[in-house]
Amino acid sequence: MINDSPKNSSNPIIRFLNINTSGQTSGRDLPLWRQLLIQVLSLFILFTVLFPIMYIVTLSLSSKTTRPSSLQLIPTEISFIAYKQVLDHPTGNPVSFVELLRNSVGLSVGVGLVALLVAVTAAYAFSRFNFRMREVLMVLVFIPLLMPAVGLSTPLYLLLNNIKVVDCGEGVKAIIPLFTCDGGAKGKLIFNLRDSLLGVGVAITAGALPFAIWNLKGYLDTIPKELEEAAAIDGADSNQTFWKIILPLAAPQLAVTFFIGFIGNWQEFVISWLFLSQPKDYTLAMTLYNMTGQYASSIPWNRFAAMAVIVAMPVAVVYVALQKQIVGGLTTGGVKG
Amino acid sequence: MALKKKPTSAVKLQRKILPYLYLLPAFLVMGAITFYPLIYQVIISFTNFETKHLLLGLNSPELKFVGFKNYIDILTGALPVENFNFFRVLEFNFWWALSNVFLHVPAGVLIAVMLNTEGLWLKKIYRALYILPVVVPPIVVATVWRNIFDEQYGAMNQLLTTISALFGHLDPVHLRWLTEYTPPIPGFLPGAPLTLAYYAMMIANFWLGWPLMSVIATGALQSIPKDLYEAASIDGATGSQQFWGITVPLLRPAMIPAAVYGFTITFNLFGLVFFMTGGGPARSTELLVTFAYNLVRNLRWFGVAAAFAVIIFFVSLVVLLITNRITRATQNYSEA
Repeated sequence: MINDSPKNSSNPIIRFLNINTSGQTSGRDLPLWRQLLIQVLSLFILFTVLFPIMYIVTLSLSSKTTRPSSLQLIPTEISFIAYKQVLDHPTGNPVSFVELLRNSVGLSVGVGLVALLVAVTAAYAFSRFNFRMREVLMVLVFIPLLMPAVGLSTPLYLLLNNIKVVDCGEGVKAIIPLFTCDGGAKGKLIFNLRDSLLGVGVAITAGALPFAIWNLKGYLDTIPKELEEAAAIDGADSNQTFWKIILPLAAPQLAVTFFIGFIGNWQEFVISWLFLSQPKDYTLAMTLYNMTGQYASSIPWNRFAAMAVIVAMPVAVVYVALQKQIVGGLTTGGVKG
Repeated sequence: MALKKKPTSAVKLQRKILPYLYLLPAFLVMGAITFYPLIYQVIISFTNFETKHLLLGLNSPELKFVGFKNYIDILTGALPVENFNFFRVLEFNFWWALSNVFLHVPAGVLIAVMLNTEGLWLKKIYRALYILPVVVPPIVVATVWRNIFDEQYGAMNQLLTTISALFGHLDPVHLRWLTEYTPPIPGFLPGAPLTLAYYAMMIANFWLGWPLMSVIATGALQSIPKDLYEAASIDGATGSQQFWGITVPLLRPAMIPAAVYGFTITFNLFGLVFFMTGGGPARSTELLVTFAYNLVRNLRWFGVAAAFAVIIFFVSLVVLLITNRITRATQNYSEA
């Protein structure tokens, strides 16, 4: 999928050689009228792609919270008051922007890294070893992919809700269900795994792992076996092969898998909105939803738009920069399995 | 490999258990947080689990095992929820995914082909910017489009008013895009009414969906050898003959899996639907996943929600078997 024809190669030497040596490139020039026709079409498509984005950016630069009555795409005023308000005081609750950002980053990076670490060895085993139960275990890993995150959220909600830390009084704390307070006293609830970012992380990881394993296995399958055979002849054992050869070769794909997971976790809403009840645990995506009401007129439009730009910007920049790798990563692992 | 020393028994044993050691971390974690919950899901799907059982869980004295009651209630529409008919939602869900993919794939391919024109100015910039819809969070996409389809101030009605004014109709257009229940084309999909909200969502999701297909098509296009086109044009093939004779058949192996991928994503497209219409009006745009979320998040009927999730699981299994067949059939096609 990833293009590596010399014509479009990023290597300037190859491009240079291609231009000079190959006499076979088609010399047909694009006629001007066709060039202009396609340019007009492309610009029109570009407009359709960009106008909702321009709309949001324009709104975010407005100083009025009310919704404009028409689709305004070019800002008539440049005011950063909405950004300032969102950064100072993002919600009606006493929670700072930095806390929200820390929640979102912690959740996305944490889940991404844990899923990757746990998945990569399993992907290696499935890709390179032949062992009893291999097929059965692979199908087992595949099964959870059939359950959308919404579906898995019910049992996870109930199970994680059972894990609590309570204060029994007199400085005694108990972890339920492992320990209970003396005399069956209920105690004061201090921590509920379900109602915490950790619990949300666990639940998202549960859904992310099967995809990570399959995606990485699909990629490891494409790494030629000759390298490992050569290493084996040189006396390397399987562990050394894994750490010294496979992992370095798979590093780009690990990064891509991490980033695909990161985008999903960054925008994750279903589980966090179901599990979390305390504003201090809210993520940026949840804050965005919190700002929208049932009626369009009740949305503080400029602040919502400013927040939307802040949430979308980091992901957008990296995605546009790594577009080829991400799409290649999705199609090598995810689809062909 | 032939040069290898004779393995000692310890090495042999190590080689035997090594794969399992590599699998151990993943299976320990998945056992605790994926497989166990899945089994637990099946168990509570046979109970009347509600909010009042949250404290004691399966040990609650009042928790009753109700057999297949939850499943039967869901499938026969006996749930005390307004406007819910499982098979209508299921039919709409399939139609929703199918109709989207049928638009996204051809549009993505056409735009990719257009941008692949040799000598086109600025094509790199176009390609980079066309991907932007994919990275905007669904909640933002949905809120913007909800505003565009607003019946009073929405840009869509304003645009339609301007267009109809050109044809001499001076009355402002007041389409109730997201709230009107009467389908504009009655009987278009027998059994499931397609309300205006469906068309509004189709437009929004078209904006969201074609760019990814276009990126995949671009990758596949660039791997088609240019000689084929040169040979064809020497033989006198016209542009459209080249398109149908070379481009389309050679794009097929890449686009069929992409379409299958798009189908499964759209089938479970929670974000856009939940944030844009919330499944309304009158559940006419409800998908299986949005209804499942409603069951657990708002109604808190955990038993029913678990049963519903098990049903979704089997629906996904059927979808997988069908799409797998399609992918495999086309693989044979491309190898033949």
